[in-house]
Formats: sequence, structure tokens, C-alpha cells
Amino acid sequence: MSKYVGQNVKRKEDYRLLTGTGIFVADIRLDNMAEAAILRSTYAHAKIKNIDISKAKEYEGVIDVVIASDLEGKVKPFTEFVEFTLPSNLEQEIKPTIKRNPEPMLAKDKVTFVGQAIAIVVANNRYLAEDAVALIKVEYEPLPVLTDPYEAKKEAAPVIHAELNNNIQSHFEVKVGNIESAFRQADYTIKTQLKTPRVSGNPLETRGVVAEYEERSSQLQVWSSTQVPYMVRSYISKLVNLVEDNIRVVAPDVGGGFGPKCAVYPEEIVIPYLAMKHKRPVKWIEDRLEHMQSTRHSRDQVHDVEVAFKSDGTILALKDHFLLDNGAHNSFALCCAYNSAAHLRGMYKIPNYNIVGEIVLTNKTPNVPYRGAGRPEAVFVMDRLIYMIADKLNVDPIEVSRKNFIQPEEMPYETDLFYRDGTHMVLENGDYPEGLKQALNIVGYEQFRQEQIEERTKGRYIGIGVSSYIEGTGIGPHEGAVVRVDSSGHILAYVGSSPHGQSHETTLSQICADEFGVSPDQVTVKAGDTSLLPYGVGTFASRGAVTAGSAVQVASKRLREKFLAIAGEMLEVAPNDLEMKEGKVYPKALPSKFVTLREIALAAKPGPRSKVPEGMEPGASVTHYFIPPSVTFSSGFHVAIVEVDKQTGFVTILKYVVIHDCGRVLNPMVVDGQIQGGVAQGIGGALYEEIIYDENGQLVTGTYMDYLIPTAMEVPVVEMGHQEFLSPRNPIGVKGVGEGGAICPPASIANAVCDAMKPLNIKINSVPISPNRLRDLIQLAEAQ
Amino acid sequence: MSVFSIGMNVNADRIEQQNVVSVALNVNGEKMERQIEPRLLLSDFLRDDLGLTGTHVGCEHGVCGACTILVNGESVRSCLMLAVQADGCEIKTVESLSSKDGSLNTIQQAFANNHALQCGFCTPGFLMSIESYMKNNSKQPSDEEIKECISGNLCRCTGYSNIISAIKEAYSSKNSQ
Repeated sequence: MSKYVGQNVKRKEDYRLLTGTGIFVADIRLDNMAEAAILRSTYAHAKIKNIDISKAKEYEGVIDVVIASDLEGKVKPFTEFVEFTLPSNLEQEIKPTIKRNPEPMLAKDKVTFVGQAIAIVVANNRYLAEDAVALIKVEYEPLPVLTDPYEAKKEAAPVIHAELNNNIQSHFEVKVGNIESAFRQADYTIKTQLKTPRVSGNPLETRGVVAEYEERSSQLQVWSSTQVPYMVRSYISKLVNLVEDNIRVVAPDVGGGFGPKCAVYPEEIVIPYLAMKHKRPVKWIEDRLEHMQSTRHSRDQVHDVEVAFKSDGTILALKDHFLLDNGAHNSFALCCAYNSAAHLRGMYKIPNYNIVGEIVLTNKTPNVPYRGAGRPEAVFVMDRLIYMIADKLNVDPIEVSRKNFIQPEEMPYETDLFYRDGTHMVLENGDYPEGLKQALNIVGYEQFRQEQIEERTKGRYIGIGVSSYIEGTGIGPHEGAVVRVDSSGHILAYVGSSPHGQSHETTLSQICADEFGVSPDQVTVKAGDTSLLPYGVGTFASRGAVTAGSAVQVASKRLREKFLAIAGEMLEVAPNDLEMKEGKVYPKALPSKFVTLREIALAAKPGPRSKVPEGMEPGASVTHYFIPPSVTFSSGFHVAIVEVDKQTGFVTILKYVVIHDCGRVLNPMVVDGQIQGGVAQGIGGALYEEIIYDENGQLVTGTYMDYLIPTAMEVPVVEMGHQEFLSPRNPIGVKGVGEGGAICPPASIANAVCDAMKPLNIKINSVPISPNRLRDLIQLAEAQ
Repeated sequence: MSVFSIGMNVNADRIEQQNVVSVALNVNGEKMERQIEPRLLLSDFLRDDLGLTGTHVGCEHGVCGACTILVNGESVRSCLMLAVQADGCEIKTVESLSSKDGSLNTIQQAFANNHALQCGFCTPGFLMSIESYMKNNSKQPSDEEIKECISGNLCRCTGYSNIISAIKEAYSSKNSQ
């Protein structure tokens, strides 16, 4: 009965955002509100000898200046994020070493990265708070700085956190098959190093927190620009020692997340504490420099990889040892690192596989999972290898892909690995060879190869690059929905996963509307507020549609059944003989004899007028928590056609094609929008974006003049095609789509550039492919 | 008055005690006079003093374009201008775009029709850049011209394609009116 699911329903979110009436955290103004500014470390690694806050405290308009010692006994130190600890069966399987490494709220005796918070000033307004920050004097004693993970893991390296004994924070190994014997059977092997650099998610809205404490009811109200309000609530409760129910965390309109807001930050704990301490609302809004320095970065993996294959292109084995430079702390256990290991083989059958991952600490900003979370890094490794194998065998890379694909008849495909959620990693369905075929048809592969030969004779360097991915999406442990009909007959759906651009209000109302046979206008979706449901998880890991969507569907369906039962009592007709449509319930045989949703909602109330059948609880509300049996595997192909200007090293994307499978498409316009936006971020990672530290650990890409985010000039209109293999792992058949677009561009574009420059045999082993880097490679190749 | 001469007429002797100056300006059709600190950014003045929070601050160094407004009809980054420089100016913000009855204007409607926004944080800046462009260019622009028009605004969600479609639609619906 899908009337609205699958349609381009226009977004409910848009009106407020187009008229400037949305409310982002920075837009919140409260009576008597104070504002905070933060002093951050200017050193990457140093002892703090002394902090003099006396002048700042005396400054006019300053309410408070706090440093680490002021929080002792008041705010507990962070623990690692228990939400990311490994399930016990996975832990037994891979027996990892994971050292506890939570970060301090404020640096006390030592700073370990530039941008680390040291002191917080609360003043009557932000201008005064910043004035006072400038009056704080910190005496540092510089320590040796580590910015290279290979240096950091050496035995003789200075140790950043003495209690960890060395800088290797985590270590794990995954083994499938027999790697040694497979290598012995190989006709060829290739050994190489591939690197995906450190980048920053950079949502256009920075982080921010507003907190207000109401003494009368002991209620702490917190607004935060976060992807995970429930997680924020839980840590405030634990670390500030409050009754959890007395805390309400709201993520209002949130201006993008992409992963960096999928963590709890010190400011989200300390600002609420300060609001309680001073009995007045306190606001802190991060500025962009703070964002570049202190909001968590991502990626930053180097893989030393070796692949064994036969002369017909069959890949026999792959071994990999990679380092993830996590910056100064890691609170996420093996999240991105294990994702990389689990996804590296992608849609290829590689029966013998051995991967060792090490998470190394350096004096940089800590990392967080960012759109793709370990998959872009893995895909860059795998798909560059496909092109290197093709080079070695002198065949088209497409042939190597085709040779190694998991075939549709092999689905569901057991990968012989555990997924991060502790379940067996089994790809449920899909047709990869067909997906590639579709992509190559759209792009006109054969024709392009002809054109390429002709253009080369004219001195024009154009190339085509393919990349593919699978992605475990919609991870648990759960997400809930409350669906209810209020006494005016309006339908409400409350969910635990809070959106930041994903269009929950629209797509979830489509799902609910279809169950009730009404228009999505008759459904209001609310999210991003811990007062809506007792438990919630959040929006990350391409999980919103899978988890919250399924919860809404099941809760709606159950409430519909309950309403039919109540209507049956009202109309004295068996529920099976009733129909629900356009807000009315009537006997199938007699549509004119109807009751409305409003009348049924009133009859659902407890009391003498109740028409709730015996044995059924009164009330017009159903709560359902959807617990995914495992993740659903989305997949896709990206094809890039690029032109390289040999003189300047400048890469222009001429065409970009994506074929993807995200199961049932709830709203094509929204799905396509997610993919186009993901590709734009991926293009940033492929050609422009890199967080760079100098040898002193100073961030040299601290502004948008140095950290280049793609503009409309750099992003092509992506041509798209869809595969729609419905997932059997949830009631609506969806797979996640939020991250997919960002996973392949570094690999597809690097492959396309190598393909364009094939006459010079240029190999690209790292991104971004900036003009100066590519020009260097061209010059080097020409000199040989 | 061109944008480049804005603020040249701020009179030093109007700086009053406590480092406060008086500014008189017209914001979204309303004349007003306010006492402000000379160091106050125009973006903060609009948001904090006037409560016009539709103008968003994304980078505070003049790159992202989220804070774009119109000053005497020209698009300006309000984070790069001091409020005192707006003395005597006519300012338009995103709040001025829709009609009194709440209906969206052509470009706002085209954004909604084309899914040209996701999180919506950068959107007011885009709308104001496009508003200014459309006022100054009546002819339907080429794709390249459209990209140029929005090249000073960063969007991290949409990948721009739907914004380009929205601008095209806005031009065609304007021309068909």
C-alpha cells in the first residue's frame, strides 16, 4: 500500500529553513544568558607550568574563569565511549589490544594537541569573554612533538600518554584462509603503500551548546549541535552526577554533521555544569578556527599492502598492515579501523586475507568517524590495487573487476568475518556485475576508450576511473519510534535518531502516512529531543532510514491495527471487515458509515466512554524499538571521467556517474540528494581537502583559504542509476544511503587520473591529487 | 552608494561615552537607530541586537558566504563588515524575502521544488547571493554563469546540483510571469 513511499514528496523541513525561521543552537537567546569563550593550546605537546587567570577574572563583565583544577570533584573525567566497545564474540575472535585513552575535559598538567581546551571564560557576552581569554597567561614547557605515526610507534619515541607505555593505542588482526600458501601459488604479486590523508568533515554550522538550569524542578535543559543527543544526555548524567531524567538534550535544527558531531565533547559536559554553577543560561558557539583545531578529524590511514594474483587476473590473497593516525586520543575503540578491515575486500572474492591494524597516537586533533568511516580508506586501497593489477597484466581494469566479483548466485555471501556489531558479515543480496554494466552503459565505456585514443593523439589527456563499494549500513543496537494520534486526530511520530539534513520529517512521515492511508501532511515527525522517547541512538552510519524508518513502520502498523479494533467496537463490525483510508475507518461494504481517526482517538481514552476492546490497553499510542538483526549492505559503482592539464597538473572532472543500491528508495529526490552531496565531499577528499600539520604540530590548514571545500565550480552534476535489491533485514526493505556517495570518489578519480596519464605510467598512491603533486609526478615521469 | 564607500561617513564625533556610537539604518524596510559598540560585527548586530537570526555565521572569515546579506542592493558578507559601516545603509536579510502572507518568493519556492537544501544552514546566504544576482541580471544565465554566481557560497550537503536547478527554475518562472 505504498502511495507516498517511493514518491518525490517535497520536504516539510524547507519552509522554516528558507525563511530564516529555523532555530540552530546559535539562534537560541535566553534571558540573562551568559556566553563562553575557550582558551586553547597553542602548543602540540607541552607541559603546563602555570596558568595565570587573575587578569581575566578581574576583567569587566567576566563571571567566571575555569581551569582543570576547578572541575575536580565537580565534573568527572571522560571514560571511553562505551557505545563503541566491541561485542564479546568479536573481541574473542580478533583478540585486540585496546588501551583506555579517554581525553581530559580541560588540559591540566600537559597539552597534547593544538586546539586542546585549557580554560573557559564565562562573561556577559561573547566579545567580553574573548577579551578575557586574551588576558590568560599560560606558561608552557615544550615537549618533543610527534606528527608522523611511523615515528610515533618506534620504541625510542617519546610517549604522549605515559600510562599507555607507548603510542600504539590499539592493535588487531583479522585472518581468513591461508595467506602463505595462496601467495606461493601466485603468478604475480604487487606490494605498495597507499595513503588516505587526514581530513575534516566541516559541517557549515560549527559545534555549539546552550544550557539552562531550572532550580524549581531541577531540570537541566541543554541544546547542542549534535548527531547523538541521547549520548550527550547519558554522559552529562554520568559525569556531572545528575538524575538522567532531569536532563533534556535537544538537537534543534542542526547545520550538518557528517560524523564530527557524532561524539560527546568536553564542552557538552562543562557548559551545562557552568550553567548550573552560576544559575544562569550559558552559551558557547565554536568559531571556525576552533572547529578546524578542536572538532575531531578523520581518515589518516597508511596501508602497506601486498596482493597475490594469477595471470588471468584472479586475486588469490591480500595482506595488509595499516596504521591509523588517530591524533592524541581515541575514545572510539576500533570503529573506523575495524570498518576498514571488514570492508577492504569490497565486492571481490578474496578467499585468503590477512589484515593487521594499528591505531597510533600523535600530537594532532583526535579522530572521529566521518562520512564513510573507514570505507573510503579501504576502497582507495582495493580499487587502486585493481588498477595496478590491470597495469601489470596489461588488461583493462574492468576485466580484473569482473574476474573477481562476488556473483549474484552466490548471495547471500558469507565473508568469513565478523561485522563490528558482532554478527557474521553476510552480504544479503545484490548483483554487482549488473551494477557495473549499468554504470558503464551510462558512461559509454567502449566509446570513451575510442575517444581517448583519438584525443591522446591530439595531446589531450582524458581518463576513466571506476570504483565500487559495499557498506554495512543501519547498525544497531536499536532505534525507537512512538506513533500516536492526538485528540484532534493528528498523527505524530517521535523518533530517537535526530536529523541534520537527512529529511527525517519528510521521509518518516511518508512511511507513517502509507500505513494510515493519509497524506504525509497529516503526520508530524519529531526528533532530536531526549524527552520524546526514553532511549535513542542517533543519526550516523547511514542508519536513519533503516532503524528509525523501520521503527516508525512497525509502530504505525500496530497502531493502525489497534485503531481498527477500536473502530470495530464503535461500528460493531469485525476489524477484518473494516478499511482505513483518508483518515476514516468504515466497513468495506458500507463506506458511508465511517468513524474518523479523531473519533477513534477519543474512544481510545481510558474511562467509561472508552471503546478499547477488552484485554487491550487504552491509549492511542504505540512504541516500537527496532533491533536490526545485522547491518544491511548497500553497494554502488562510481565512474569518473577526468581531463588532466599536463602543464599545470590540474584535474577537471568531465563526467561522474553513480549506480547504487540502497534497497527500497523512500524518496528518490532525497536519496539522489544524499548521493550528490556525498560525491561532492568525496571529490573534496580526492582533489582538494587535507588537514596539514607542520613538524611542530601546528595546524597550517586552519581556515577555508587553506582547507579547500569544493564549490559549485568544482562539483559536476552526478548522473545516477539505481538498483533496488530490497533488504530482508528490515520490514521496509531499505539499506542506508547517507555515506555511500563519499566512499568512492578518491579511488575513482585517482584511477581516472592514472588512466589519463597512462602514457607516462603515473601511479597515484595518495590523495588529494593537488595540481602541485600531480605536476611533480608528471615531471618525475618525464625525466625518466 | 557603492558598497566600497560604505562607512566612510561614520562621524567620529558621534562616538559617545562608554565607547558606543549611534547608527541609523534601514533593515528589511524598517528604519531604526541603535547605540552600538564600534567593534560590533554587522552579522552579530543583525543576529543579536535585532534578533534576525536567519543570517547565519559559518566561518567568520569571509569565505563560506552563509552570512551574505544585501547592503544597498549588493551582496555582502556581513561577518566582514562592522555594524557602524552600515550607518545610513539599506539592509536586506533572508527574513525580507517571503511575502507578508508568508508565501515564498520565486527563488525560495524554486529551492523547495528542487530539494536545493538539506541541513539548510548555508541556505540564507545562497538565497541572498542569488537574489542580488537575479536583480542585476534579467537574462537567463548559462550553467557556467550560475556556478560563478554561487561560487562564493559553500554548501557541504547538497553538492550544488539542485541549487543550480533551482536557479534555472527561478529564472524560467520569473520570465513566464
